[in-house]
Amino acid sequence: MSLARRKFDVLAIGAGGGGLRSALQLSREEANVAVVSKVFPTRSHTVAAQGGINAALANVLPDNWHWHMYDTVKGSDYLGDQDAIEYMCRAASHLVYELEHYGVPFSRLDNGKIYQRPFGGQSQNFGGDQAARTCAAADRTGHAMLHSLYQQNIRAKTHFFDEYFAVDLIKDQDGFILGALVVEIESGEPLLIEAKTTLLATGGAGQLFRTNTNARINTGDGLGMALRAGIPLQDMEFFQFHPTGIAGKGMLITEGARGEGGYLLNKDGERFMERYAPHAKDLASRDVVSRAIATEVREGRGCGPEGDYVLLKLDHLGQEVLNKRLPGISDTIQTFLHIDPAKEPVPVFPTAHYTMGGIPTNRHGRVVVPVEQGEEEIPGLYAAGECACVSVHGANRLGGNSLLDIVVFGRAAGNDIIDYLKKNRYHRQLDNSSVEQAMARLTRWDQKGDGERVADLRYELQATMEKYCGVFRTKEVLQEGVEKVLQLEKRMADVRLHDHSRVFNTARIEAMELENLMDIALATVVSALAREESRGAHSRIDFPQRDDVHWLKHSLFFKEGRRLEYKPVTLKPLSVESFPPKERVY
Amino acid sequence: MRFRIYRYNPETDQKPHMQEYVLEEIQPGMMLRDALLKLKEQDETLVFRHSCGEGVCGSDAMNINGRNGLACITPLESLKTPVEIRPVPGMPVIRDLVVDMGQFYHHYRAIKPYLIVHDPEPEVEYRQSPEEREKLDGLYECILCGCCSTSCPSFWWNPDKFRGPAALLQAYRFLADSRDQATAQRLEELEGPYRLFRCHTIMNCVNVCPKGLNPTAAINNIKKLMVKDMV
Repeated sequence: MSLARRKFDVLAIGAGGGGLRSALQLSREEANVAVVSKVFPTRSHTVAAQGGINAALANVLPDNWHWHMYDTVKGSDYLGDQDAIEYMCRAASHLVYELEHYGVPFSRLDNGKIYQRPFGGQSQNFGGDQAARTCAAADRTGHAMLHSLYQQNIRAKTHFFDEYFAVDLIKDQDGFILGALVVEIESGEPLLIEAKTTLLATGGAGQLFRTNTNARINTGDGLGMALRAGIPLQDMEFFQFHPTGIAGKGMLITEGARGEGGYLLNKDGERFMERYAPHAKDLASRDVVSRAIATEVREGRGCGPEGDYVLLKLDHLGQEVLNKRLPGISDTIQTFLHIDPAKEPVPVFPTAHYTMGGIPTNRHGRVVVPVEQGEEEIPGLYAAGECACVSVHGANRLGGNSLLDIVVFGRAAGNDIIDYLKKNRYHRQLDNSSVEQAMARLTRWDQKGDGERVADLRYELQATMEKYCGVFRTKEVLQEGVEKVLQLEKRMADVRLHDHSRVFNTARIEAMELENLMDIALATVVSALAREESRGAHSRIDFPQRDDVHWLKHSLFFKEGRRLEYKPVTLKPLSVESFPPKERVY
Repeated sequence: MRFRIYRYNPETDQKPHMQEYVLEEIQPGMMLRDALLKLKEQDETLVFRHSCGEGVCGSDAMNINGRNGLACITPLESLKTPVEIRPVPGMPVIRDLVVDMGQFYHHYRAIKPYLIVHDPEPEVEYRQSPEEREKLDGLYECILCGCCSTSCPSFWWNPDKFRGPAALLQAYRFLADSRDQATAQRLEELEGPYRLFRCHTIMNCVNVCPKGLNPTAAINNIKKLMVKDMV
């Protein structure tokens, strides 16, 4: 059977904010761009982002990009690359205005400017008073942005391949990426999309954990594809647990709830964040607040019959603030807890939320891998957004910086691709062996007979990651975690599907998603076991201090041989003085 | 708990049928999507769309005991058994609960769902007062799930010509935006007997919208703007 083929200048995989922002840049430059997404674009997980996007507009309180940069470097626990962070913070204001011009319905101040709210880890004047830097459309900022970005792409006539699942990258002997094999979910038919450049914008892998704030689609498909193409994953041990997921269920309650004045209580009614972060209190960085909540619960000060959560108090904010600024989470709380947040506090617990690590890129969105001296770019491959690790988030991402990351680096990748296309005008010869390998990944699921079930293995993997790679970690626990994941990985070979239909076979998609999760889980536990220090979201009880002498460096996990390498953190910004590592207090 | 679910696989079935399922373990607070996921563990061939699990992505619209809704925010406690689940009506079925939304998206794209401004862009944000911004509330929150349009008899009769409540709600979202400068063009493109005027205020759309939005009011507001435009 001959394989159907299409040819484009650019293939973008993923239609969240990162994929759509880059596609927009490219379509406007009249590059021929195809966006492939396993869901209709507005169902991508950007839609679920709530609180807002950071930019030093200074609409509410004094601000400038340099303070934003300082907060981001400090928030990253000094693992962020300062060249990329400077680039992002400098670009922020322009890109938020641009979003507003696209039509994003930002909330407004009385003077008609964009509304901004305080968020965690923000300060004025390099660690001074709380800043208000997060531009918000009520608590539906991601929804507003994603819809506007999709709408702009409709206007720009971008080609969309809705409900196509990307199976694997196609690569030639010289290391060029030539596109990807994808499968049309509706027909079940494979399609080869050849492209001069390929952009991965597939989002995070929150489905690694049982309780998470993420959508079911967040299975890190781009990360799996990168690993299989021989590309390492960077800093995978840093996984963000959001302090306020609905206890036991995981739905996100935006940090904006605390930004608007909400605060946390333990079972004694104590506002415990005052002890952990005397200055910033409930608006300390997410890693700090999550650890504080987990500590309160571990030490017996949790609420409820099992003592396994804390309370988020919002009732003092009043109905008007809840209606106007936090309508989405008010709905969610009523729907899933049958609680009126205007009357009762909300049970919350840290919940898996964001993949700080990912595919290593430079600040132009180009995927980079180590060579003997330094690193080199993978020709024809880009990554942007949560699947990428630039790294602007380092060991801990600040709230409001992920919506910023996707537009800044989505656009940067788009611009760099335009340059690349000028120098690389023709499609390269297709590599058939690479296509065959990708096809084998697809046809493997045609095997019939009895065997293990995808649902069982996924559940076991998620439970394993939660138990062995959670907020607090130790050597023994992580070692056990590595063993458990390896056992699960082995069992993958015995998994069989019962559904062998072609048309809209979601079982087959879920099986391939699980393969991706399995690879990413291993990258995460192995990287976490190796890093013998505590930094940002990676808390080792056996190594409670940050160790800049040995560990101020990025991890790189390679699938082949489960090998780790390291590369230095870029401490030198583009134009300003470096922020050298110092003790991190809030 | 008992379920009767619409099944159709074009590769093996001549025509659709209803299949009975039973779920033994029902935990308090379970949503219909949770139940469907458990049923899919029993029977991997059962197919439905879903993703965010909290009613913001709009993937899992379906017809639940005769009424369109999102599975992920429909509590099992609220449902009479056996729970009868069908694909949203009026759309071509691809398989089981998955329908072809092509026509729905076509109408959405056709209303030019983006801000149109003719003046040069300022280097900062357009100013918009909180009162002007408030006019977008109840409009911008649409998640394109399709519950409204697929519950609308006018849309069932003229799915190729009538824009449907979801697209018209979006049309009004841009007409109501103080920043937009294409009012005349937008109104003109909605003229004629079908695109807008097939709405007979049956209001099914309002009854089923899982986000509590009111497409009928938006359609009436567009009609008012048209009258104003003519005078």
